[in-house]
Amino acid sequence: MMATNAEKLVDESTASEEWDPKIIVFCCNWCSYAGADLAGVSRLQMPTDFLVIRTMCSARVDPEFVLRAFAKGADGVLVAGCHPADCHYIGGNYRTRRRIAILRVLLEQYGFDPDRLRLEWISASEGEKFQKTIREFTERIKEIGPNPLKED
Amino acid sequence: MATTTIGSVMVVGGGISGVQTALDLADSGFKVYLVEKRASIGGTMAQLDKTFPTNDCSMCIMAPKLVAAGRHHNIELITNTDLEEIDGVPGDFRVTLKQKTFRVDKSKCTGCGVCAEKCPVETSDEYNEGMRKRKAIFVMYPQAVPLVYCIDRKACIGCGVCAEECRAKAVVYDKPDEALEIRVGAIILSPGFDEFDARIKKEYGYGVYRNVVTSIEFERMLSATGPYFGVVMRPSDGEIPKKVAFIQCVGSRDEKVGNPYCSSVCCMYAIKEAIIAGEHTKGLEPHIFFMDVRAVGKEFEDYRERAEKEYGVKMHRGTRVASVEEDPVTKNLFVRYGGNDQIETEEFDLVVLSVGMRPAADAEKLSRRLDFKLNKYGFCETDIYDPLCTSRSGIFVSGSFASPKDIPTTVAEASGAAAKAGSLLSDARNTLVTVKEYPVEIDVSGQEPRVGVFVCHCGINIGGVVKVPSVVEYARTLSGVVYAEENLYTCSADTQERIKETIKKHNLNRVVVASCTPRTHEPLFQNTIRESGLNPYLFEMANIRDQCSWIHMHEEEKATKKSKDLVRMAVAKARLLEPLKKSQLPVNHSALVIGGGLSGMIAALDVASQGFDVHIVERTSRLGGNLAKLHHKEGSREPKVFMDELIDIIRGYPNITVHLDTNITDVTGFVGNFKVKITDGEVEVGAIIVATGAVGYEPTEYLYGQDDRVMTSLELEEKLSRREFKGKTVVMIQCVGSRNEKVPYCSRICCSTAMMNAIELKKQHPTSEVYVFHRDIRTYGFREDLYREAGQLGVNFIRIPEASMPQLESSEGRLKIIARDVVLNEDLVIWPDTVVLSVGVRPNKDNEELAKMLKVPLSKDRYFLEAHMKLRPVDFATEGIFLAGMAHWPKFVDEAIAQASGAAARAVTIISKDTLDTEGIIAAVNEDICDGCGICEPVCEYKAIQIVKISDSQEKLKAIVNEGLCKGCGACVAGCPSGAMEQKGYKTSQVIAMIDTALERGDS
Repeated sequence: MMATNAEKLVDESTASEEWDPKIIVFCCNWCSYAGADLAGVSRLQMPTDFLVIRTMCSARVDPEFVLRAFAKGADGVLVAGCHPADCHYIGGNYRTRRRIAILRVLLEQYGFDPDRLRLEWISASEGEKFQKTIREFTERIKEIGPNPLKED
Repeated sequence: MATTTIGSVMVVGGGISGVQTALDLADSGFKVYLVEKRASIGGTMAQLDKTFPTNDCSMCIMAPKLVAAGRHHNIELITNTDLEEIDGVPGDFRVTLKQKTFRVDKSKCTGCGVCAEKCPVETSDEYNEGMRKRKAIFVMYPQAVPLVYCIDRKACIGCGVCAEECRAKAVVYDKPDEALEIRVGAIILSPGFDEFDARIKKEYGYGVYRNVVTSIEFERMLSATGPYFGVVMRPSDGEIPKKVAFIQCVGSRDEKVGNPYCSSVCCMYAIKEAIIAGEHTKGLEPHIFFMDVRAVGKEFEDYRERAEKEYGVKMHRGTRVASVEEDPVTKNLFVRYGGNDQIETEEFDLVVLSVGMRPAADAEKLSRRLDFKLNKYGFCETDIYDPLCTSRSGIFVSGSFASPKDIPTTVAEASGAAAKAGSLLSDARNTLVTVKEYPVEIDVSGQEPRVGVFVCHCGINIGGVVKVPSVVEYARTLSGVVYAEENLYTCSADTQERIKETIKKHNLNRVVVASCTPRTHEPLFQNTIRESGLNPYLFEMANIRDQCSWIHMHEEEKATKKSKDLVRMAVAKARLLEPLKKSQLPVNHSALVIGGGLSGMIAALDVASQGFDVHIVERTSRLGGNLAKLHHKEGSREPKVFMDELIDIIRGYPNITVHLDTNITDVTGFVGNFKVKITDGEVEVGAIIVATGAVGYEPTEYLYGQDDRVMTSLELEEKLSRREFKGKTVVMIQCVGSRNEKVPYCSRICCSTAMMNAIELKKQHPTSEVYVFHRDIRTYGFREDLYREAGQLGVNFIRIPEASMPQLESSEGRLKIIARDVVLNEDLVIWPDTVVLSVGVRPNKDNEELAKMLKVPLSKDRYFLEAHMKLRPVDFATEGIFLAGMAHWPKFVDEAIAQASGAAARAVTIISKDTLDTEGIIAAVNEDICDGCGICEPVCEYKAIQIVKISDSQEKLKAIVNEGLCKGCGACVAGCPSGAMEQKGYKTSQVIAMIDTALERGDS
């Protein structure tokens, strides 16, 4: 029913593959998690190197979670929430925006590439944006290379 | 009236209106049958891409309501069904229905969609307005409720492929149609509207030129789930259009096609579509051709302004398009339109026809079968003082079936209709509803985690990509897992029984299901484990379908590995899950209405007539509010007559207490338990309705107050009603105190008021000259009749420029008006004997004070701000507080009444309950760690956190969470610097366990 251009979008990640990055994606329950589901319902194909953790609101994403993920070897962390003004909890996403902005500055100050942390607004109808975000972010992380903190 | 009252209601039509009515009734103790003629509920709103004026995604805001209706144990969805016959009296109707067969067994279909994938037959997809194909076995749209596939009899060739492919064996070809007979106490009609058939306007070439589309088709073109997956392109050649024309009033305000009324919503949706199209295609040039732009709703005028200034939408004011012609080579379109004094032609890539609203196609049939009246335009007939009642007692109406209207008005009416049915059937409340009984909860405290993992194949949806047996094998190796198995469909009814048995057999105390998304299925599984005695929060899901097998369809290995990762994460969290208690808060069964005007009185009556006590607090010494200032007869009687009747009823009502000359001084408490201090004491109530009204603007301009010949429209109305007005040359100036720099919004009601004044004036003095200076005439809906009648009576309408209001001088004792006429493009001078100022509406000055006490927000125009402008028009974000009437926005009598009934229904969903459950996943403070720094307090959007002294004797502070107010977002937890704040169900330790296990290396 949702026949898409899936065939044309055959996995691109295999081509440039040398190492598989590990990416943690925090999705808010109401918009971004629903957007990720819609990507699935629409059969939009994307790289496999990410794992989603659902919180009720993006504002639940404690900066500690992000730092923990990096400390444990995550190559990238994506935080996705409702678009400004669409937050299910009135204004939680504005807090997320501020927290992530500060966190990126801190990461940079400690010599960590701030591009490893990304914030995106993805609504429940933006399956394609979820796909695009995952693709672009995965590419970017591959460019940056493995997390230097990763023990090997 | 019936001898026995039946405690159930039939709602006919499952659009947003029917869904809202059903939810409100089911939440107030009534059984609901929601009958929909199509296979799924959702109606027109489900087809929309975005909604004005917030540009919210329509499906995102609607889907939770659809799911709630689909899952409510007191709502029975009866789809694919027509109403055949009705018999009986109010309180006890017998309704015969005919349900067309799905040819699919609803109890077996899991909605996996394999049948549609394999079906070889393609046919036109109505959901996408025929711009795309669907299969002969189909669901209307991906998020459809109920998610049950249906065979389209006309398209099906009977090849049997779907039956073969269906692993759940749900396809039953020979399933016949069924006749149903249902007894209900009341019926509510909300079957919606139909779009005007644009083919009738031959001059626009719809159906002939491929690049001429209707507004609803364009809506689908904008949508990510639409025919072009959200890429706006031309149907003729797939090119991206750069220049798009929107033609307004196609099938509206048009006597020739039999639709002289205004469809109320097209101006706004065209502006929205123009803005959204511009967001899709950078540099897009949208043009809108219209007569008057009717941006009358809350923040609509701002939206129009932004469309022009920020998004570059070009507005062709005061134009009517004569014809559209196609260039046969380029397929571009030439739009010929009447400008101010000449015909002009402009070339476009795409033309969108803003089609109006027509009565529902089956309105006439329905009116015959149910014996209620239609009005002259074929919509359901209602009276201005009874906007939710049909001509037949016991049958109510809401939404666009009665008149063209937008979504918020519809939703408010939908709740209002629930109040009407609730009043009729209040004796039978809670007689037909069921309360689910669960076994006593098993105490798992102190037990080692014993996790059971159920991995779903979902037919081939997961199993076709992910190696399910290997995931099950892997799950068995995880710490804490004592049992794992695979299921063909974990969600099927027989698997639920299996899960329950397995919990008992293996003493499971945590359950993980790896299948689809928790957004749709978590409640089902939580319910299942609850039925076997486990706390529902001892459950976790791994989404290995929507977010794994479906997005990695060609990578079996990686998808299998990822499924294992997801299961490992879910198990890691599950090990740490704790049972959560929803506390039950007792509910006070009475309501407070603030304001004793029209809305306040109606709201009070609609709560009281359902059997609850109501207090009305009115700060002046009389009831009636602004209604006392209205005199023109509309509908069945004069406003004054209606007001006096209403006051008499309120005065004589046993369970309404009126407090006159009384103010609110303090409000404490929360939903179900408010304590409100008033001038002469205190009242305790379960819900509060704000109906404090608004005031008329007192002009300082145009010599008002200095010259007796200058008066406001309300003063003229009063003089006319006393037949004291003698003016011969009358000038009316619209938008005095509206749509200017200081007050940018449109006051909604002044145009129609001016029309009523002008008509009355011409009737009393046929030889008088009346001039109306305006920018737009905004007589929306059936009030367009007033505009037409005024024109026919010889009232002169002069369109003035957007930014230059008329000038008034007093020259040698005479009044002199100078204004620019944009049609003639010259200055006009008139010497009137009377100047009437159509003054706008202003919010009450003390809204700020009241808003602060109630902890509710105001809009930027200082009216009260509802929880959501589209779908929660009478709720505040703070639970238990509701909103009605002009305190919300300027509105007419019928609109205020419908909205007040709506607020009453919403309040009754609370005060009809004995207890309310709090959220389970709320915030909690660890008082040993909390040092009362207070950072969390302002972070909370719901004012659920308070900083208090540890005890009366100690100065040390701590945070406390009000369980009645907390919504469980977790924002405070992330804000707490000391780690004292936690969110139950999303504890820091639980999320970190997921992070850590997600990043564990390689053994999967």
